[in-house]
Amino acid sequence: MVSLSYDIAHLLAGGLVLVSFMLLYQDRLYSLLNVFALQAVVLAGAVAWQAHIQGAHHLYVTAAIALAFKAVLVPWALHRIVERLGVHREVETVVRIGPTMLAGMGLVALSVVLMLPLTAAENPLAREDLAFALSVILLGLLMMVTRRNAVSQVVGFMSLENGLVLAATGARGMPLVVEISVAFSVLIALIVIGVFLFRIRERFDTVDVAALDESRGERP
Amino acid sequence: MTPVAAILVIPAAAAVVLAFVPGYGPGARINLGASLATLVAALALIPLAGTVAGETLVVDSLNIVFVVLNSFVGFTAAAFSAGYIGHELRTGRLTPVNLRFYHAMYQLMMFGMNLALVSNNIGLMWVAIELATLTTVAMVGIYRTSAALEAAWKYFILGSVGIALALFGTILVYVAAQPVLGEGAASMVWTRLVTGAARFDPAMLNVAFVFLLLGYGTKVGLAPLHAWLPDAHAEGPTPISAVLSGLLLNVALYAVLRFKLLMAANPAAVAPGPLMVALGLLSAVFAGFMLYRRRDIKRLFAYSSIEHMGIIVFAFGMGGPIANFAGLLHMTMHSLTKSAIFYAVGCVAQVKGTQRIEDIGGLTQSHPALGFGLAAAVMAIAGMPPFGVFMSEFLVVTSTFAREPVLALVLVLGLLVALGALLLRLTGLLFGPPAGPVASAEGSLLPLYSHLALVFAAGLHLPGPVVAWFRAVADLLG
Repeated sequence: MVSLSYDIAHLLAGGLVLVSFMLLYQDRLYSLLNVFALQAVVLAGAVAWQAHIQGAHHLYVTAAIALAFKAVLVPWALHRIVERLGVHREVETVVRIGPTMLAGMGLVALSVVLMLPLTAAENPLAREDLAFALSVILLGLLMMVTRRNAVSQVVGFMSLENGLVLAATGARGMPLVVEISVAFSVLIALIVIGVFLFRIRERFDTVDVAALDESRGERP
Repeated sequence: MTPVAAILVIPAAAAVVLAFVPGYGPGARINLGASLATLVAALALIPLAGTVAGETLVVDSLNIVFVVLNSFVGFTAAAFSAGYIGHELRTGRLTPVNLRFYHAMYQLMMFGMNLALVSNNIGLMWVAIELATLTTVAMVGIYRTSAALEAAWKYFILGSVGIALALFGTILVYVAAQPVLGEGAASMVWTRLVTGAARFDPAMLNVAFVFLLLGYGTKVGLAPLHAWLPDAHAEGPTPISAVLSGLLLNVALYAVLRFKLLMAANPAAVAPGPLMVALGLLSAVFAGFMLYRRRDIKRLFAYSSIEHMGIIVFAFGMGGPIANFAGLLHMTMHSLTKSAIFYAVGCVAQVKGTQRIEDIGGLTQSHPALGFGLAAAVMAIAGMPPFGVFMSEFLVVTSTFAREPVLALVLVLGLLVALGALLLRLTGLLFGPPAGPVASAEGSLLPLYSHLALVFAAGLHLPGPVVAWFRAVADLLG
């Protein structure tokens, strides 16, 4: 039974990394949002499974938030924004997809090399969870730096945050996990969708952050 | 209500009240009054060092220094902000609704910073620093110009990278502590972590510290993670530039220091000093050179903040009683001086209607009080005697010369480069023929001159009790 629960946790956490890679090669905003919703579903599964095997019932709240908020509400709202604002439907990348994928693989290798020997003393579940979580975090960072479009940067940030939630739930009995996931949700809802995208829209025709580069105090 | 509760409850309550108070006058007065009350509570905290050590809150001699400094600069910045914001309202750059939001955010930020400083739980500390950061993101973008939005967006994106790395580091500290201290909240309480740290897995602590240093280091503004800082300083309202440089950077630094203490408590873990020395030195020298190319006066002083945070992190990284003392003193002096500079720069930018250095000239002729105040503050920040910054920089350099002469030479090079850049950039602005509008400045110069007086007095003579206090903290930092 122990090994089965271990395998399922492993499968779900590994699935999260896989979906992170899928996020990297999406070239249309809508499909990017759909894949992000898929990642949130996988995260909800992984968190719920952790809640089950650790007997930590408060983690079900985190799983429910992931499912309701990140898998349904946020992708829906971003769909609406993309539609209403008439943003370019393509994902504008700084680096081409191929090199980005290679860099992503490098980052996953890095996190495995970094985390696995470290946590030899820990139970294997926490160890692999941390390695997977770091991979998801680094892939999210990679996505944030290689995308120019504000919507895809937000998706990158949320995927990075999924990695953090995975790490926090994998650490047995860690307090404040639910609070942190609630705080992140509020943060995403308020700051990103509410404030920035609409106000950026007031001034510019696209939500392409590169368009904001023109007026820096630096240039004469 | 105990003083510890007061420094949290007053700003939080004021934030709620301010969110509903219409009108500029009452809002500014409540903001000022709440800041003053917080300052009084913070001063009342001084005799309580070491008496409060609960599961959530802790007060020791280390964080009292930060709390007092924080509340003092928070108060003078509120006083400066009252005049500054009134001008922005009259010129139509801000609307009354913006103002309500601004004042509420200001107090929420003070609450976040104070909570981060007195929290005994590393998770809560993380949440509080994020709260403080997000309120400043909102304030940086308040003008809604394209440049302000870009600055806020960049700050938000880079800040969230910092958020992520610091939280991952915090989780790793928990994972390291959990086998020793048990599951649950106990493994996140800082006072328990420090006593149990010797039995933690050192390899795990090492990796955790790297993430924490990079994560919180982003908020300290250490190169190469500093890119958000100049934009955020330049595009936001000037009182916010003053509190960013004078306070928020310190709060992030405080988090780094707490985890440095944790590392030092485990003999098998890697020494955190060299990492901090490297990042600090890189920031100081890099920012020194970057000062030359600035055209915008607020950006210029933002880079100067990066330089000084580099010096402070360098001093704490060197460690030992003298370097720690010097780092602490330099942090205090830098907060006071840099916020004074931003108070002056805020007035200048309002009078001249521009932040471009070329378009401003001869301030000492057209506005003697403002111009000479700014000149004195620039002298102080450049490390000229007899100001306090000179003394702290002198201590940093001499204590380093005794141990690592090469590093000291590199640091001195950085200091001289920065000095040259400040002189080159600002001579025309301060002296020479006046340029631009010459209407008299509206904002109060009292905050500027009170800070200058403190920095000047500290340069001449540090009172015995302050020396004893800082020395105790320096010993605590190891």
